[in-house]
Amino acid sequence: MAENKNQELIQVLTEKFGDKIIGVQEPYGLLTFETTKDVISEVLKFLKEDGATNFNFLTDITAVHYPGKKHGIAVVYHLHSMVNKVRVRVKVFIDEHHPSIPTATTLWRGANWMERETYDFFGVKFEGHPDLRRILNMDDLGVHPMLKQYPLEDPNRVDKKDEYFGR
Amino acid sequence: MNNQPVYTDNDPQSELVTLNLGPTHPATHGVFQNVLQLDGERIVSGVSTIGYIHRAFEKIAEHRPFYQITPLTDRLNYCSSPINNMGWHMTVEKLLNIQMPKRVDYLRVIIMELSRISDHIICNTIIAQDTGATTTFLYLFQFREHIYEIYEEICGARLTTNIGRIGGFERDFNDIAFAKINKFLKEFPVALREFENLLNRNRIFIDRTAGVAKVTAETALNYSWTGPLLRATGVDYDVRVSEPYSSYQDFDFEVPVGTSGDIYDRYLVRNEEMWQSVRLIEQAMQKLKNEPAGIFHADVPDFYLPAKEEVYNNMEALIYHFKIVMGEIDAPKAEVYHAVEGGNGELGFYLINDGGRTPYRLHFRRPSFINYQMFAKMSEGMLLSDAIINMSSMNIIAGELDA
Amino acid sequence: MATMGSHYDFGRFGSERLSFSPRQADLLMVMGTIAKKMAPVLKQVYLQMAEPRWVMAVGACASSGGIFDTYSVLQGIDEIIPVDVYVPGCPPRPEAILDGFGKIQELVRNESSRRRNSDQYKELLASYGIL
Repeated sequence: MAENKNQELIQVLTEKFGDKIIGVQEPYGLLTFETTKDVISEVLKFLKEDGATNFNFLTDITAVHYPGKKHGIAVVYHLHSMVNKVRVRVKVFIDEHHPSIPTATTLWRGANWMERETYDFFGVKFEGHPDLRRILNMDDLGVHPMLKQYPLEDPNRVDKKDEYFGR
Repeated sequence: MNNQPVYTDNDPQSELVTLNLGPTHPATHGVFQNVLQLDGERIVSGVSTIGYIHRAFEKIAEHRPFYQITPLTDRLNYCSSPINNMGWHMTVEKLLNIQMPKRVDYLRVIIMELSRISDHIICNTIIAQDTGATTTFLYLFQFREHIYEIYEEICGARLTTNIGRIGGFERDFNDIAFAKINKFLKEFPVALREFENLLNRNRIFIDRTAGVAKVTAETALNYSWTGPLLRATGVDYDVRVSEPYSSYQDFDFEVPVGTSGDIYDRYLVRNEEMWQSVRLIEQAMQKLKNEPAGIFHADVPDFYLPAKEEVYNNMEALIYHFKIVMGEIDAPKAEVYHAVEGGNGELGFYLINDGGRTPYRLHFRRPSFINYQMFAKMSEGMLLSDAIINMSSMNIIAGELDA
Repeated sequence: MATMGSHYDFGRFGSERLSFSPRQADLLMVMGTIAKKMAPVLKQVYLQMAEPRWVMAVGACASSGGIFDTYSVLQGIDEIIPVDVYVPGCPPRPEAILDGFGKIQELVRNESSRRRNSDQYKELLASYGIL
């Protein structure tokens, strides 16, 4: 049942966007595909407004950092169609040294804080976002902490004795 | 956002006051800050600042093996921590494709519904207290004590429970726990009825809450609201019904839906959800009688930490224990998203596993965080006291807000 | 919250009235994790209290950072304000909070009335950068 819906969805998407839809997978029944950042706005708009797909609910926006790859940051959107009971995951890989992607706030107002959190943690600049600034970390933190190269602990701590921690 | 006072036409009467509803404030239940501009009593605009209890859960989760992330999930929505724990365990079970026996599912339903009651008790009594009705807070709070005692029988802890394991529970519920649950089922409906009698048709309460902070369903969906807030606006989206987990499809319960999304509707929806939770617990206790007794975990020795007596006496159990703790389990390299219905809405776990000991990436879709973004916009044009009750009806738990 | 409920009842030990303003309070109980973003706010609250004032760090996170050894968490509030009593636990049981409160009462009972003007105390405050 869910596989049929996923198959239909992929058919409709490839008809409209052709070869911009790549990397289609279905881990645990959840349709996942990749696309590029120049068509992401149209893909999201199509998914939201088309009568057949009707993905009216944005569940989450987040990002993942893959340090070795050429396009190292993947921005992940989870969408949900409450009417059809289908979820979908859209990934966009962007360059980690100049990460930028168009914003989704024009389609869903709820994307506002989700994108601010992604910017805070990964440094992804969302073009067109009304108020892109840090939300959870301190404003003067300077780095984007979720990137893999930054350590978990505060590197400026002086009171931790290394020999107790096996370093 | 310009927070400077705005002067128009040199009229001293129309000067706006900047009020800092700061991180430490008795009216905000948690550490978050709102800088509001007031024109008399009416809010003109506001800016929310959060992050005062940011503990970098997602970064910590990349350095902890799967079973050590459970105490971390406790501290997300600490008023209903078993739901977070169970949600995390179900995510990992989905990744590992473990099927749970029915009895474990029913036990999980009991615990999750108890914690949902616990969360809604806090929210509704705090709404009442913020409107001035302080008695109801004291009446219902002792039932939170009773729920804490039930948790204590099962897992040893009151608030941050770390309940259950990946694959079930760490020990079976003993007779004392069942006796306490039965006692709770007898006494709580009486107290909840009393609570409703005090407030449901109370003229002062209705005047303060009905018609305040109305939200339409389209706006709520656009802002990605979930949970009782969304259901109060008229959309009947409940993760337990739309994507049943833990055998919720075997149960018979209703999803209460409001009409106008105002604070009175949210209060009524939460009350009715508490009644439905009581109904669910009663059905689960009934269903437990038909299941073979003594099963409290799935039969997956590869993933479920064995009992300590076995580890000390049995060679295979020792090896399994070693493998699990060292992280040598063969978890598939995949990504999974699992959502459960938390007290505030859809609590989602997005887990990317790369075969190592710790997750590659774990992201929590926190309902309080996403629900709260509308607050600043919603409070424009409202009276200050209405905005305070609005904030408490959104049930913002600071642990879930910042993570 | 449970400590102030009717089962454990903080009120019977003398703290019936929770003061909403630090200017009128004697005891500052810091509960929960304090992030580095919150540290200046906490210091300001402490500075708003009038002498004599006592501070109780409730919980493992307030005492030492707790399980959160991360870049964003203050590893113990005694990095910014002087603390009198530490109550460990995550979360501390209500009985532990009551016990900590009993220790504060003992400190209050036995404190000399010249302590707040002594050189030692002034040195302590100076080490935190409080005048």
